[in-house]
Amino acid sequence: MNQPSIENRPRPPSGFSQQAMQWLWIALPPLAAIGAALLVGAGLMVVAGASPIVAYGALFRESLTTYYGFANTLTKMTPLLLVSLGVLVGLRAGQFNLGGEGQIYMGGLGSLIVGLNFQGLPMWIHLPLALLGGMLFGGAWAAIAGYLKVARGLNEVLTTLLLNYIAQHFVSYMVNGPFKEPGAPSPFSPLVAESAFLPGILPKTQAHAGIFLGLAIALILTVVLSSTPFGYQVDMVGQNPIAARYANIPVGKTIVMVMALSGGLAGLAGSCEVLGLKHRLFENFSPGYGFDAIAIALLSRGNPIAVILTALFFGTLRSGANVMQRSANVPFTVIYAIQGLTVLFIAISLALLEFRNKRSPVVEAASLTPPNAGTPASVPD
Amino acid sequence: MDAQFTFLQDYVLASIRLTVPLAYAALGGLLSERSGVLNIGLEGMVLTGAFASSAVALMTGNAWYGLIAAIAISSLVGLVHAALCVNLRVNQLVSGLAINLAAAGLTAFCARILFPSGTVALPKINPLPIPLLHSIPVLGALFTQDILVYGLLILIPIGSYLLFHSSWGLALRAVGNYPRAADTAGLSVSWVRYISVILCGALCGIAGAYLALVHVGFFTEGMSAGKGFIALAALILGRWNPVYTALACLLFGATDALQLRIQAFGIDIPYQFLLMLPYVAALLALIGIAGKATPPAALGLPYSKESK
Repeated sequence: MNQPSIENRPRPPSGFSQQAMQWLWIALPPLAAIGAALLVGAGLMVVAGASPIVAYGALFRESLTTYYGFANTLTKMTPLLLVSLGVLVGLRAGQFNLGGEGQIYMGGLGSLIVGLNFQGLPMWIHLPLALLGGMLFGGAWAAIAGYLKVARGLNEVLTTLLLNYIAQHFVSYMVNGPFKEPGAPSPFSPLVAESAFLPGILPKTQAHAGIFLGLAIALILTVVLSSTPFGYQVDMVGQNPIAARYANIPVGKTIVMVMALSGGLAGLAGSCEVLGLKHRLFENFSPGYGFDAIAIALLSRGNPIAVILTALFFGTLRSGANVMQRSANVPFTVIYAIQGLTVLFIAISLALLEFRNKRSPVVEAASLTPPNAGTPASVPD
Repeated sequence: MDAQFTFLQDYVLASIRLTVPLAYAALGGLLSERSGVLNIGLEGMVLTGAFASSAVALMTGNAWYGLIAAIAISSLVGLVHAALCVNLRVNQLVSGLAINLAAAGLTAFCARILFPSGTVALPKINPLPIPLLHSIPVLGALFTQDILVYGLLILIPIGSYLLFHSSWGLALRAVGNYPRAADTAGLSVSWVRYISVILCGALCGIAGAYLALVHVGFFTEGMSAGKGFIALAALILGRWNPVYTALACLLFGATDALQLRIQAFGIDIPYQFLLMLPYVAALLALIGIAGKATPPAALGLPYSKESK
């Protein structure tokens, strides 16, 4: 999907360097955005009376070079990667799924239900079933928004946002009521059966096999989106739903399916939090992964492999934040500011890039998101 | 009898308190969207207003300075949204999202620095009883509100009149519906959109200041809690008409107030279901209105003189 935007750009002569230049053009805006956000973050740290060098040093040293810190980075990266892949699939089809947060909650609930029941199943059946339960719950939750868009013409942006709040309160109710651990000091569920645990991967840390699940899905998605009929269908609906309809592609059905897939991946992130990390369902267990994912997907410009790197970066920020707060005396909320600003800067840098290339059409065309993404134009069927 | 009466009075007053921020934000959204600029950044603008008003009110000890700061800073956020959408022609959804995420992050960071001990009580905007009317036995409470409530009540009819019966309103609607025609007629599409989105920011600033200085009395991270999104739902339910939009806000505000009352009365419904009530109401309202509410024709589409 990035190809069309490069057509008008200056082409260097030889084949290899041409490709390298293309990649550079694609990677430049996100890198510039992240750089600018880190720079503003440094400014904020100075305002807070701390040294950015000490703070960033502590953050990245902790999260990337220490054993426990890196394990923590992987733990944080896992849900981020999965939800972001979901948001990305939606964007490829022109759908803004802003409901990742709610779908994470529903996914966690789905996995909890399967994990608590079916005690005594062997792990090779129970674990996949529990993961599937999370996917189904998350997928169904997002499919509501997809269905409302296709059948009633409701823009998915607002419905997914509202569904977030409903899901979060619903899960709160579940762990306070039907699934409350008897005698628990704070609202959480009982432990899921051990046969539904996602195995740990680094001894003495919380890192779990969910990361491999995320990486595998990123690779599978790359192949599916770039070289299968379904991937073609998704891109076609995202680029031009009217043309897609003339090509006999069932646009409405594709949108609902994509939303379900997108929510399913977010649900899987919730499953990982329950089955891999806590082994229980907690109230308010997601610290905003669903919103980080939107930033990650936008920075990754439609490319699942880029999502891996961007999710790693965001995971790094989250994992090192506490150590940074302790050693440099900067409130860890500075990373929220940095994350939020990356979205602002990616939008600006892409816009500037388009202007530099003197392309008058809308900025998002094939560069950030498909052209019709999120505009309230009705779905043609 | 008396108890029921106080209950009703409390309920009406609580509904008003919860409606006011929604209504200011929704009217701001109305301005922005009538000019053709989609604005899911309402949430971030309200949050910015709440933070700016808290910070300045705390530093100066004067709630009015807080209000002015909220209007100024949120207008600046509006300016950013306008620049991104109008000049840079960024996808308007992405721009709104960027504003929400950046506002959430920046206010969370600055709050930790300014209010290190957590919540700090702020100077409040005090109620302004209307002479004579406030001493009416039961209805008196309705006339003992603060100036922002009266301001809203004045703003709605005036806004409605301006929108539908003034050349200013005509320009706004023309730019939002047929920017090409408006441009041909000599209107500057960019200017109309800039001014609308900046005013939208200002109104959201008032919403945030009301939230922080009147309703809650302190600042907490993420205190806008989806109010911007509910305001957007109200805008759609109110079909981009100021009066209907304000009524839709009243509906959501009253729903929110109801869930608080039910909780207080200890009626046997899990409180989480009550907490989700405003969002469920907004969602159901959207489903109900689906297909009947037509947005401004050019909503979400950047305008360029050169393109066809």
